[in-house]
Amino acid sequence: MNSPIRTWRFHGGVHPADGKALSNSVPAQRAPLLERYTVAIQQNIGAPPKPVVQKGDTVKKGQLIAEPGGFVSAPVHAPTSGTVGDIVEVPGANGGAIPAIEIISDGKDEWGSGLDPIPNWKNTDREILKKRIADAGIVGMGGAAFPTHVKLSPPPEKVIDTLILNGAECEPYLTADHRLMLERTEAVLEGAAIAAKILRVDRVFLGIEENKPDAIAALNEKAGQYGVTVVPLHVRYPQGGEKQLIYALTGRSVATGGLPMDVGCVVQNVGSCAAIRDAVVEGHPLIERYTTVTGTPVANPGTWILRFGTTVEQALTFAGGVKARAAKVIMGGPMMGFAQTSLGVTVTKNSSGILLLQWKETAEYTSNPCIRCGRCVRACPMKLLPGPVSVMVESENYDEAEKNYVMDCMECGVCTFVCPAKRPLVQHFRRAKAEINAKRRAAKAKQA
Amino acid sequence: MLITILVSAGVVAAVGLILGALIGFTAKKFEVQTDPKIEAVQELLPGANCGGCGYAGCADFASAIVTKGADPSGCSACSDAMLAKIAEVTGKAAGKKEKMTAVVFCSGSFSRSARAADYNGILDCRSASIVAGGGGKACRFGCLGYGSCARACPFGAIEIRDGLAVVHPELCRACGKCVNVCPRKLIRLVPASAPIHVYCNSLEKPAKRRKFCKNPCLACKKCIRTDENHMQMQAGLVRVNYSNPPEASFVEQVKCPTGALQVEEIHRKIAALKPVEPAPKAAPAPKKEESK
Amino acid sequence: MSEEIEKNNIALPEPGSLVLSTSPHVQDGDSIARIMAKVLICLLPAVAASIWFFRFDAVRILVYCASFCIFAEYGWTLATRQAATIGDYSALVTGVILALNLPPGAPWWLCLIGSVFAIIVVKELFGGLGQNPFNPAAAARVALLVGFAGPMTQWAAPATGSLVSGATPLGAIHAVQGSADAMAQLGAPDNLMKLFLGNVGGSIGETSALAILIGGLGLMAFRLIKWQIPLAMIATIFVFTGIVHLAAPGLTPGPLYHILSGGVMIGAFFMATDMVTSPITPLGALVFGGVIGVLTCIIRIWGAYPEGVSFSIVIANALVPLIDRMCYIRPFGWHSHSVSALNIRRGEIK
Ligand code: SF4
Ligand code: SF4
Ligand code: SF4
Ligand code: SF4
Repeated sequence: MNSPIRTWRFHGGVHPADGKALSNSVPAQRAPLLERYTVAIQQNIGAPPKPVVQKGDTVKKGQLIAEPGGFVSAPVHAPTSGTVGDIVEVPGANGGAIPAIEIISDGKDEWGSGLDPIPNWKNTDREILKKRIADAGIVGMGGAAFPTHVKLSPPPEKVIDTLILNGAECEPYLTADHRLMLERTEAVLEGAAIAAKILRVDRVFLGIEENKPDAIAALNEKAGQYGVTVVPLHVRYPQGGEKQLIYALTGRSVATGGLPMDVGCVVQNVGSCAAIRDAVVEGHPLIERYTTVTGTPVANPGTWILRFGTTVEQALTFAGGVKARAAKVIMGGPMMGFAQTSLGVTVTKNSSGILLLQWKETAEYTSNPCIRCGRCVRACPMKLLPGPVSVMVESENYDEAEKNYVMDCMECGVCTFVCPAKRPLVQHFRRAKAEINAKRRAAKAKQA
Repeated sequence: MLITILVSAGVVAAVGLILGALIGFTAKKFEVQTDPKIEAVQELLPGANCGGCGYAGCADFASAIVTKGADPSGCSACSDAMLAKIAEVTGKAAGKKEKMTAVVFCSGSFSRSARAADYNGILDCRSASIVAGGGGKACRFGCLGYGSCARACPFGAIEIRDGLAVVHPELCRACGKCVNVCPRKLIRLVPASAPIHVYCNSLEKPAKRRKFCKNPCLACKKCIRTDENHMQMQAGLVRVNYSNPPEASFVEQVKCPTGALQVEEIHRKIAALKPVEPAPKAAPAPKKEESK
Repeated sequence: MSEEIEKNNIALPEPGSLVLSTSPHVQDGDSIARIMAKVLICLLPAVAASIWFFRFDAVRILVYCASFCIFAEYGWTLATRQAATIGDYSALVTGVILALNLPPGAPWWLCLIGSVFAIIVVKELFGGLGQNPFNPAAAARVALLVGFAGPMTQWAAPATGSLVSGATPLGAIHAVQGSADAMAQLGAPDNLMKLFLGNVGGSIGETSALAILIGGLGLMAFRLIKWQIPLAMIATIFVFTGIVHLAAPGLTPGPLYHILSGGVMIGAFFMATDMVTSPITPLGALVFGGVIGVLTCIIRIWGAYPEGVSFSIVIANALVPLIDRMCYIRPFGWHSHSVSALNIRRGEIK
């Protein structure tokens, strides 16, 4: 596919079986209204929000139920109208138990967000738009859940010249962004235009893997109107990794330990763009998202519009349950998602998919030693030395691992995917990062 | 031929002599003047370099004892007899110390606790604890059973029995290494004289605890009602009051409904029992598909 | 919710039976066993050539070494109560490569000693596959050469049964050293062709450069080896011997003769490239190949032994940690450390 701009090829990467055909042609369906939602209070990276409702309060759909706990934090809103129940504990997608606010639906589903629509955003002050995005609780919906308004407020000394929309969706199986770009094309583009206005940039790229030709065609039809350049990219995981995407589109490499804004870029997920548009143009806060429920064991794989607080169990019920035995339930995609042990996990702002895998499809890890085949070195998109570093971690030699840039590992899983010894490399690196962070915190505490 | 051999042997010998003299000379010249007392104290210390005293190792601690007047009883691994000998060397009476021991506050071996998942990953508690959920057991507070503590213990005092870490008090020297390494913060140092403990660390809702474990502490406080001086609440957990521990017979007196309050020896024996069902394997073998 | 599920008769995954692991949750399906199986396939041409040229002797040695290696590994895992590892075929690969490195006259006990040495001493004592610092087959060949020089140099002309000492192409060099004419004769095209096809004396599997080359290309096609290693090794030998030959034509024959004779080809493609004992970075692989090339030339031209490939490989194996340390790779974004602070001024990069 011809590219409108020059693109670059990042190092390494893999081509896992993509499994997208299971769900990419199924139009997204709106999930039926549930009687009860358990909305996790913390759905963002950063400070946990503080609940502002009491048990027994009546709330409207979109009403604030937890306010941000700091600048790097995002508020949470009621998914439907009804009454507030208890603060309950639900299993977190990354383990442990997290507090959630229970909302009992009254069946009316009445809006009442208290946010006025700003249809004329082109003539509205940038600060007002930014505040709206913060009030609507928008976070990065691709996975990290970093509050969007923070990303749109780079410090003044950083000059931003490029806004990059991440529509790569390089994770196998997931098709939520694909369906979103196809079905809500204009919302994505308008949201991007709003973000571009806030950042005062006129260069807006939308990076999309070329395995979504229908979405590319739909986007191309409208993109010019909103000043967006749609750039088809080769299909290669992790094309949608932030640093890889910036490199592919601009040829700039973010320094180790650096941020995209160091090279003049801001990256936004396409889902977040659509959410920006809804918040500004319609005054709707973020209460639902496109989530793919898929996998070979799922009876009817497809994409659903799920409200936050829906449990995995409910989502699977919408998809008709399972038709074969599932060995793994994963929040997210197969490369970076989190395996779950309970179906009580709830959909949150960054739940791009719920994936079920069968025994024969899942990875099986062993404690084999590294045979130094070098495949991981060839494949690592961050150009690290995964095999040797994992050996250092195994012998608890964290200083050596740190010197070998283990902190730059983005846990994309490419090395582990190719390892013939089936070593759980990502787990080694997570462990190393946890230990090194703990050491750094201790050193800091000592200084203070 | 003979001459060649003799000559080369002679050369080798000469070189050896010269080098030896050189090494001897430098060693003499750059010798560090160590206090003989330090050496004597170091001889008496266990030499495990466990770091429990807070110094870099036994040699470091020995010099601190002699030069800075550190209290030798800071070494938890020393026996009382050794402390007395050290006191002889330094001429200062060592402080009194109570013999401590580590206790793993959990009774949830594989066969006595519920399973939440088949864990497939690194067999190490600290690595397992960073995977969502952490390990295969349902209880979020109990022992993971992958033996980080056992590997950290310099004295081999911890054994993993059926997925549960148990301490052998007669081997434990209370260095505290295991305490720091356990990701679930299950291990505490307590006076070795206490014969019974509450083997549970769960802060789960009491109703759920029964589902997860055969011997959970339900926080019914029966034991505390039996004798408030011996038992107490600590940070939400029922614990023996270690400044006034009860006798072993206290267990029979209380009749703990779940058996979480247990005599140390019996606890160890229970953990060693044959598992009722086979323990889960680390890498689960693919199961047969259900045909539908 | 639960009533509704039962009402609609919807099946859900049962918690408690789910697998918990870190991401990624899929793998590309390649395993050590599959890699080793592919290596075995690539060894087939060389095995076929050895049988073609040395007939029953080759079959005998191959069967001995392969079975001794497998038994040695199985016995070791039994004795040390480890899970059996013969299923990963690495012992079989070692056995076949070792066999190809033995002379046609090798008696059964030589095979046994070589196999046990390769598997137990070189591999298992260091902790098994992945932990061994030396290539088992190369180290075993060196050990046998040092310990049993007699039987290890009982060469036979191919497909005949007569055992003659010194009938290898490399032995021939030493025999005629000093005469530039004789050296030129060695490097004559028809002589080189013989070497290329393998119709000369030598270890059973090293004589046919053609067969090894076919297998080597297979290894590269399967991406099982780093192409840098054979390339650097052969190129270094070519350049080195080329220069020496030009400077002193009576000392050694031309570069092609060196590359096609002795263990260069099998060493370059099958022994130096052993992934466990070679550097992990591409640059390191180049350096490693170069080191082996230089050492081989030095031993061959000036050393006491006519052949030096296995020696060189073992020596270079020992240098791998050092090479790895010197030839690290920079992570993505490393070069922009200095740039990052500057940021990019508006309009500067478009
Ligand atoms: S892919 Fe696996 S076996 Fe190969 S070098 Fe990397 S960690 Fe080692
Ligand atoms: S998980 Fe880390 S080390 Fe592995 S390929 Fe990705 S960035 Fe590289
Ligand atoms: S006590 Fe802690 S470190 Fe020891 S096995 Fe249990 S969880 Fe692991
Ligand atoms: S059990 Fe714990 S405290 Fe006791 S000796 Fe071992 S590591 Fe030290």
